[in-house]
Amino acid sequence: MEGEVRVIEHATCTFCGCVCDDIDLTVEGNRITKAKNACVLGKAWFFEYPTEESRPEAMIGGVPATTAEGIEEAARILTRARYPVVYGLSDTTVEAQRVAVEIADLIGGCLDTTTSVCHGPSGIAFQGVGEATCSLGEIKNRADMVIFWGGNPAESHPRHFTKYSVMPKGMFVPNGRKDRYVVLVDVRKTLSARAADLFIQVKPSKDFELLWALRALVKGVEVDERIEAETGVSLATLKELVERMKRAKFGVFLFGMGLSMTRGKHYNAAAILTLARDLNQHTRFVAKPMRGHGNVTGADNVVAWATGYPFGVNFGRGYPRFNPGEFTTVDLLARGEADAALIVSADPVANFPQSAIEHLKRIPTIVLDPQASETAKVARVAFTTAIYGINVPGTVYRMDDVPIRLRPALPSRYPSDEEVLKGIAKRVRELRREALSA
Amino acid sequence: MLRIVNGKVYDPTNGVDGEIRVIAVKEGRIVPEAELDATARTIDARGMIVLPGGVDIHSHIAGPKVNAARKMRPEDHRRAEPVKRTAITRSGVMGSNPSTFATGYTYARLGYTTAFDAAVPPLGARHAHEELHDTPVIDKGFFVLMGNNEFIMRCLRAGETEKMRHFVAWLLGAAKGYAVKLVNPGGVEVWKSGGRNVSSIDGVVPGFEVTPRQIIVGLAQAAMDLGLPHPAHIHANNLGLAGNWETTLATMKALEGRRAHLAHVQFHSYGGEPGGRLSSRVADLVEYVNGHDSLSVDVGQVVFGETTSMTGDGPLGYYLHGVTGRKWFNADVEMEAGCGIVPIRYRERSHVHTTQWAIGLEWLLLMNDPWRIALSTDHPNGGSFTAYPYIIRLLMDREFRREAIRGVNAKAIASTHLPELDREYSLNEIAIITRAAPARLLGLRRKGHLGHGADADITIYDLDADWEKTFATPKIVVKAGEVIVEDGEIRRDVEGRSLYVEPEYDPGIEPELRKWFADFYTIEFDNYAVGMEYLPHAERVAVSGG
Repeated sequence: MEGEVRVIEHATCTFCGCVCDDIDLTVEGNRITKAKNACVLGKAWFFEYPTEESRPEAMIGGVPATTAEGIEEAARILTRARYPVVYGLSDTTVEAQRVAVEIADLIGGCLDTTTSVCHGPSGIAFQGVGEATCSLGEIKNRADMVIFWGGNPAESHPRHFTKYSVMPKGMFVPNGRKDRYVVLVDVRKTLSARAADLFIQVKPSKDFELLWALRALVKGVEVDERIEAETGVSLATLKELVERMKRAKFGVFLFGMGLSMTRGKHYNAAAILTLARDLNQHTRFVAKPMRGHGNVTGADNVVAWATGYPFGVNFGRGYPRFNPGEFTTVDLLARGEADAALIVSADPVANFPQSAIEHLKRIPTIVLDPQASETAKVARVAFTTAIYGINVPGTVYRMDDVPIRLRPALPSRYPSDEEVLKGIAKRVRELRREALSA
Repeated sequence: MLRIVNGKVYDPTNGVDGEIRVIAVKEGRIVPEAELDATARTIDARGMIVLPGGVDIHSHIAGPKVNAARKMRPEDHRRAEPVKRTAITRSGVMGSNPSTFATGYTYARLGYTTAFDAAVPPLGARHAHEELHDTPVIDKGFFVLMGNNEFIMRCLRAGETEKMRHFVAWLLGAAKGYAVKLVNPGGVEVWKSGGRNVSSIDGVVPGFEVTPRQIIVGLAQAAMDLGLPHPAHIHANNLGLAGNWETTLATMKALEGRRAHLAHVQFHSYGGEPGGRLSSRVADLVEYVNGHDSLSVDVGQVVFGETTSMTGDGPLGYYLHGVTGRKWFNADVEMEAGCGIVPIRYRERSHVHTTQWAIGLEWLLLMNDPWRIALSTDHPNGGSFTAYPYIIRLLMDREFRREAIRGVNAKAIASTHLPELDREYSLNEIAIITRAAPARLLGLRRKGHLGHGADADITIYDLDADWEKTFATPKIVVKAGEVIVEDGEIRRDVEGRSLYVEPEYDPGIEPELRKWFADFYTIEFDNYAVGMEYLPHAERVAVSGG
């Protein structure tokens, strides 16, 4: 391998929801040395992935074990559990997600993804009011007004501006940036403000009020001057913005977790979705959540097609039920309910509230992760798995639900999430059959 | 191996109309009885009827729009009886947008063994295949949205029909789709570009300077020239609007003898003034279709109750949102297509909905040639495919139909021909519109019949005095030679085949396609085509020309 140089063209970066599929990877020996077209986050993803091959395939109770032994222990835990939860799924392939859903169905557990801690409220808002949206190429080809709200794509989705939303020349916006008016609405002036023609600073936790005032103005309802004291934005600014939105040929709201995870949550998301919807009485307008993790959109899709619901599902009665707040992982852990957890490509110990983490540490947990994550460190069974997109082929859904095939660059001595999950599913089925016939 | 004996066989393709015949099955096909040996299981179908497995020519069961509807409507799933996990099957939910596993099992339990999704944007083809992979038992495939494809419109504008034909061939193969689909040709592009819709087949699409007429004729001709098993499948312009029958008739006339299938024709048969009340113009349209062998239709029958309108027709979605005031999903797909989803409830007391219900039945009862009309609800647009047994009873049982007519809007029904129609469908005719005809129209030579060499997809129904009950719970369903359903229960969970076409094309168009992708798409040309790993059980259906 030493000295051999290969180039993998049109590889896909799975770091963020942009899922850029135009990366040319140069591989020298067992390392990726160049990632043409990748952004700073993408480069970090491709260059700094764990290459250490000395980690054991699996750890059981802190002791190195084989994958097969890990599967046996995992299946035993899941079969015995009365209220297990399957969680994570946003950083793995659709192929692995499908098997994880199957396991949740088999064991009658809860099934939840990281959507419940990022854009879950946007999903709930969608269920309430619908959504007018589009694929990213429509923004590239048509959008002459782009409004970012409650997000900082310059740092979270660095290529969104250049590849999809701000800079690119498109069929009906041939001059690219010059043909677009770009607005950023946020509680503070982030790096993304540099890309905007207009920055609107809204008072923290006043997004809903601001959106509702805009809806009113779009509908021709009078809004009081006191909106400025409430939201920090003057009525004149709002009126001018509304006129601009109505004049746009094709406008888009791209909203982040600054809306979905702050005061108001799904009310905020519903407000921006209805504002976009209402604007269609005047012109074309769409809205789209800026999804974060590489394949969180795939997780939503797989869970929805298999169960009818996007996240927060429970199979305890032998069929899928949906109840965010009851079956979402943070909530059921914080209440001390789950008695086992299967966590795929997520690190709840690193970002859940303390009460949820405490419970997670008390129950037997199975973790699949390429790295020794905080959650892997407290797990009863921790599998080391190969990395999707770098080692593992498969499918990833971009933030606009467009599915993209992965082109892995390097082999791995570790199994894929899909392989481990298939092993667990098979063994769970066998143990259940044995239990039934005993 | 199976030997089905003593059953009355209805196999219209082979001229068998209710005769007692032995059906022999070996290695997934129907064979002469002599090929069976003593190990063959014998199924005694005494007192029962034996039909080929059902074929749904137009349904919405997989892909981006179906999944968006699932996500948007938890309330729709909750209202319906769930599908419980068993030792061999997966769980799921029903409602107008069932989950994938529930979709496969439910079709199978109704005796349907093949179904096509009628509208997949090529950019979402990979997604559709992934869902079909999780849709058990049935054989399946989908039609590829092309009627608003911007490359196609540019070719038409430039008069480059040959290049367009190669592009169509390439696109079908890249998507691993089955047929060319047009949805509101040109109209969706108008909507995407900020207009509202086209008003007739001669309206001009701004930015592309083509008309729906050019798109309809161009793609119908391309499908024929490529020798595709199924002709252009057309969702005509102005769906759902009062007075749209003229557009529908103009569409049929524009085809000038070219083969084409007009989808969910019920939604396109309305008289009346735009914005006013609907009336039925079925008689005029049926007369034209009866007289033109090159045309076929499926019905898009409306069923009273709650369902979801789901369409590649973006402006229609917005229109329905305005009419119903209910939540609305819209998704514009770059370079290719659109999508609209709105919940809808069809009500017996509604003048409009009663008229729609009657129009579908008028189509079924007025068409002379059952071989050119397929039963569909345009699932879930007119209603769920689970309503097929109810519709069959409406067709076979005049008294039941009269009873139903008494429960609908009296004024509306009186303005249609339905109350005067006495025709009752025979079992043979039902076998045609639910099996033999859709299979033939799809160009599936081994489906929809029970002749030697056919796929052993067979449904055995126990006769009940009530035709709805008969067709709702088959006694036995055989798929690819295996008994899958017995007494309404799934006994084996199998994966059906994905049916697709891959016509040859001139690779000389690729440099231009690469540039097209680089300029306007957001995905790499080299990452666009769907690989065979997404069709683990595939059957490539041959094209006849090209």
